[in-house]
Amino acid sequence: MIALLRRDLRLAVRAGGGFGLGLAFFLIVIVLVPFGVGPEGAVLARIAPGMLWVAALLAALLSLDRIFALDQEDGSLPLLATSPLPLEAVALAKGVAHWLTTGLPLTLAAPGLGVLLNLAPGAYGWLVLSLALGTPALSMIGTFGAALTVGIRRGGLLMSLLVLPLYVPVLIFGAEVVRRGAEGMAVATPLAMLGGVTAGCLAALPFATAAALRINLR
Amino acid sequence: MSFWEYANPKKFMVTTAPVLPWLFAAAGVALVTGLVWGFFFTPEEARQGSTVKIIYLHVPSAMMAINAWVMMLVASLIWLVRRHHVSALAARAAGPVGMVMTLIALATGAIWGQPMWGTWWVWDPRLTSFLILFLFYLGYIALWEAIDDPDTAADLTAVLCIVGSVFAVLSRYAVNFWNQGLHQGASLSMDKQENVANVFYIPLLVSIAGFVLLFLSLVILRTRTEIRVRRIRALEARAQQGEGRA
Repeated sequence: MIALLRRDLRLAVRAGGGFGLGLAFFLIVIVLVPFGVGPEGAVLARIAPGMLWVAALLAALLSLDRIFALDQEDGSLPLLATSPLPLEAVALAKGVAHWLTTGLPLTLAAPGLGVLLNLAPGAYGWLVLSLALGTPALSMIGTFGAALTVGIRRGGLLMSLLVLPLYVPVLIFGAEVVRRGAEGMAVATPLAMLGGVTAGCLAALPFATAAALRINLR
Repeated sequence: MSFWEYANPKKFMVTTAPVLPWLFAAAGVALVTGLVWGFFFTPEEARQGSTVKIIYLHVPSAMMAINAWVMMLVASLIWLVRRHHVSALAARAAGPVGMVMTLIALATGAIWGQPMWGTWWVWDPRLTSFLILFLFYLGYIALWEAIDDPDTAADLTAVLCIVGSVFAVLSRYAVNFWNQGLHQGASLSMDKQENVANVFYIPLLVSIAGFVLLFLSLVILRTRTEIRVRRIRALEARAQQGEGRA
């Protein structure tokens, strides 16, 4: 499992694309927001928590179709399926690799982009914390979506249609944490809910992902 | 004689063929009775005037939108556990019907909301969760359409339906948390404390029955179509094999 994780990480870093692309996309979306809604600080500060979360979510979506599609093309996915490692563990490793290459950089970059959107000073810590808690769930849900559509040619668009509705709870709780943090309110409830969603995704979705992979590899 | 005998496609076809016209007729009678009664023979509500009458479309379609998803979930589970093809096809058949019910509920809600709340759309928890439900239906149907192999498609959509159900319920509570709404609470419940008044209640029940019957007839009709499509495919495959041999 560790070996698979390291292989995926190495592939992501050396092959280019996924790693930097998600970050660049995140940056560009955030830069586009003021052009769309105007440069007034008060307006930007109000929508900053939500925009940061939506942009991070879209950036995480961008690299999802690479999770299994590349392995399917070069034939390593059937090899992984026949290896002694259970497919559930493969699914978990893939999700973790996706998080390390997408979710983690997004989390680290978010405060810098928060400055661009005039985010309230009190919210930076909560932004990082909520993204760190929430993006693993995004990666696990995305891995599930990628496993569902791995057998379909040009399944990327379909996958976004399947995955985005599943992102709704994570987005709601994540953005709520930052919004409440920015207004100086108590954040314990949405933070706990966000953590609960993520824990549930980490625990249960590898099984669904593995089931979908088995069906596709039949 | 057990319930599972209807999982045999032949048995299903033979049983449903004579029932279906009656089901459609019953749905038509109940719908016409409920709607005509509701539209023309109930008093106007004190504050809402005649706009209240859209309840006879709004509430039944909203109920069926949710119940259709529950039916798809049950049918998907039956397919995954017992591998009855009729069950998978029934789930597939229910998808578009449920989606249209969701659309009807959203559209009538918007038309009702405009005079009552002064706006076509608010991000109220109930409205929002119905919009999300609509997206789930879209994804489910799109996944069915995208996969060629019928068994793979049935399996994958069943898995999606189960995971989607969990997330749909989760979203329902998440949006509740996210925003307080304009929409009233439940109009109907088992304890009669908060129900709508009897004059509206009985025609409403009749139109709900009409919607249930209509849903059942449409799903059975569509399931029969799907079974026939399968049979044609099988016959074509056999014919091609025969040509190859000759």
